[in-house]
Amino acid sequence: MTVEVLTVGPSVSLQDAGRPGGLGIGLSRGGAADRFGYLAGCALLGAPMGVAAVEMAGFGGTFRFTEDRWFALTGAGMRAALDGAPLGWNATYQARAGQVLAIGSVETGVYGYLSLAGGIAAPTELGGRGFHQIAGLGRALAAGDRLEPAAPDQSVPGALIFRGPDTRAAPLRIMPGPQTAMFPADQIAAFEAAAFIRSARANRQGVRLDHDGAPFAAGLQLTRVSDFISEGDVQMTGDGTPYVLLADCQTMGGYPRIGTVVPADLPRIAQAMPGDVVRFQMITVEQAEQLWKSDAAVLADLKAQVAPRVRDPREIRDLLSYDLIDRPSSAVTGLDE
Amino acid sequence: MLVRFADSLREPANRAALAFCAGVDQARFTGVVETASSLTSVFVRFRPDQVRRAALEDQLRGLLAARDWLQADLPGGRRIWHIPAVFEGDAAPDLDAVAGLLRVSVPEAIAELTADPLRVLALGFAPGQPYLGFLPDRWNIPRRTEVTPQVPQGAVVVAVRQVIPFANAAPTGWWQIGRTAFRCYDAQSDPALPLRAGDEVRFQSVPSAAWAKLARDARGGAEAETLP
Repeated sequence: MTVEVLTVGPSVSLQDAGRPGGLGIGLSRGGAADRFGYLAGCALLGAPMGVAAVEMAGFGGTFRFTEDRWFALTGAGMRAALDGAPLGWNATYQARAGQVLAIGSVETGVYGYLSLAGGIAAPTELGGRGFHQIAGLGRALAAGDRLEPAAPDQSVPGALIFRGPDTRAAPLRIMPGPQTAMFPADQIAAFEAAAFIRSARANRQGVRLDHDGAPFAAGLQLTRVSDFISEGDVQMTGDGTPYVLLADCQTMGGYPRIGTVVPADLPRIAQAMPGDVVRFQMITVEQAEQLWKSDAAVLADLKAQVAPRVRDPREIRDLLSYDLIDRPSSAVTGLDE
Repeated sequence: MLVRFADSLREPANRAALAFCAGVDQARFTGVVETASSLTSVFVRFRPDQVRRAALEDQLRGLLAARDWLQADLPGGRRIWHIPAVFEGDAAPDLDAVAGLLRVSVPEAIAELTADPLRVLALGFAPGQPYLGFLPDRWNIPRRTEVTPQVPQGAVVVAVRQVIPFANAAPTGWWQIGRTAFRCYDAQSDPALPLRAGDEVRFQSVPSAAWAKLARDARGGAEAETLP
């Protein structure tokens, strides 16, 4: 056993890269709600894509390590401390046997990830290990759960950080889909001009967006034939409110979709906090295809953004004993470990 | 990429979708990583780094032109499932409202719902969950304007001439008129996903008192026969 779950928030579960290929049986891919945040953990630990990690929505938990193990914290920034010593986010650390990692509430974003070197062992069902509530697969983590490593901690990653570009303010790019033409041009123009507010009503299935303008409608919505829906689709419910569908969405739905958020921007809507302003920009199918990347390509990009972690002054217990004034700065910010 | 055979729900379009989906699988086009059929359409997922959209579209159009898919036969090896369900009390919160929309009595609505076998038009929404059709024309009732936050596992819901037994508790915009103990996906059973597109389902109305016994059965009291 490597990690014992002492306490845990209400929306904490194991997630991985999901269960691709299940559309025909009614199974959406699921997996990490912020795919890039999850893959950043893989990039930091040198883990192959597909290992299971702990996804924490809004609040983490306390985790006791029963053996030495490297871990990574990625995705939404959350308050974290190892035996009381504060930890930065998007970085790797080594826990010693007996140490307790406490992860509190989220500070920026929604979904944080705790990844263990070697991955977390969990049974596979329908091709994945993640909790997929609407599909009835898996369950949330509970106090008392034990996380076993899937593989030995062989590739010692060292102290690393991950620094992605800050694109939070940019509009979400959406591509037209099979139902976009059902919306009149003025509705699409209003949709692109609108400043939506990320509603408090959101989960791994989707995010509701509120706005002050007139509702969006494609006409004859309530008797339309159900058709495929997938993550990224912006669906207009019966009252004309947009929902952006996330990893655990259903596979079929009858509400019309004005377009689909491109995979490159989907993590940002998953990580939008209640009250955040959300805007959309329609791009062409050709532009969207140029943005498309395989998971392997995304992981390679993320690995290129991993760098050695320079010691954070907050982690230095005896900071006052350092002579911070007279030495060259490199002596203070030298490589940790 | 999506290939749609009709904008509204029609039986030939559903048959065409099933057959065309099988046809795309057999063709093994480069870059295609997933296919699935819905009520009237076929979803083709491809990798833009392995095939250009325009090239794949040409191949799909070629396959479309190769035959009249609307005349296609249903898949072989189909079965008919007899599935017991309760259509009263707590299991049927919207039944009165639906009977009102249909302008029939509640017993007449149940009789019509259970009179004929319905076809599994597609699996969707959740693993193994079937969209069943078609009920008579008068059942072309719209979805509700307000989404019901949660119906229970096994909820039997209706809208737009279709019936769905819910695989899991979920929100829905459809009307709940019954409940079944049949499980659309059960990892402990073999096969775990009992229904296939093209199968038929006939509901049997049972009293609430029968529920406890059905709930103990691995298949919720359902029985299957192979169709000739």
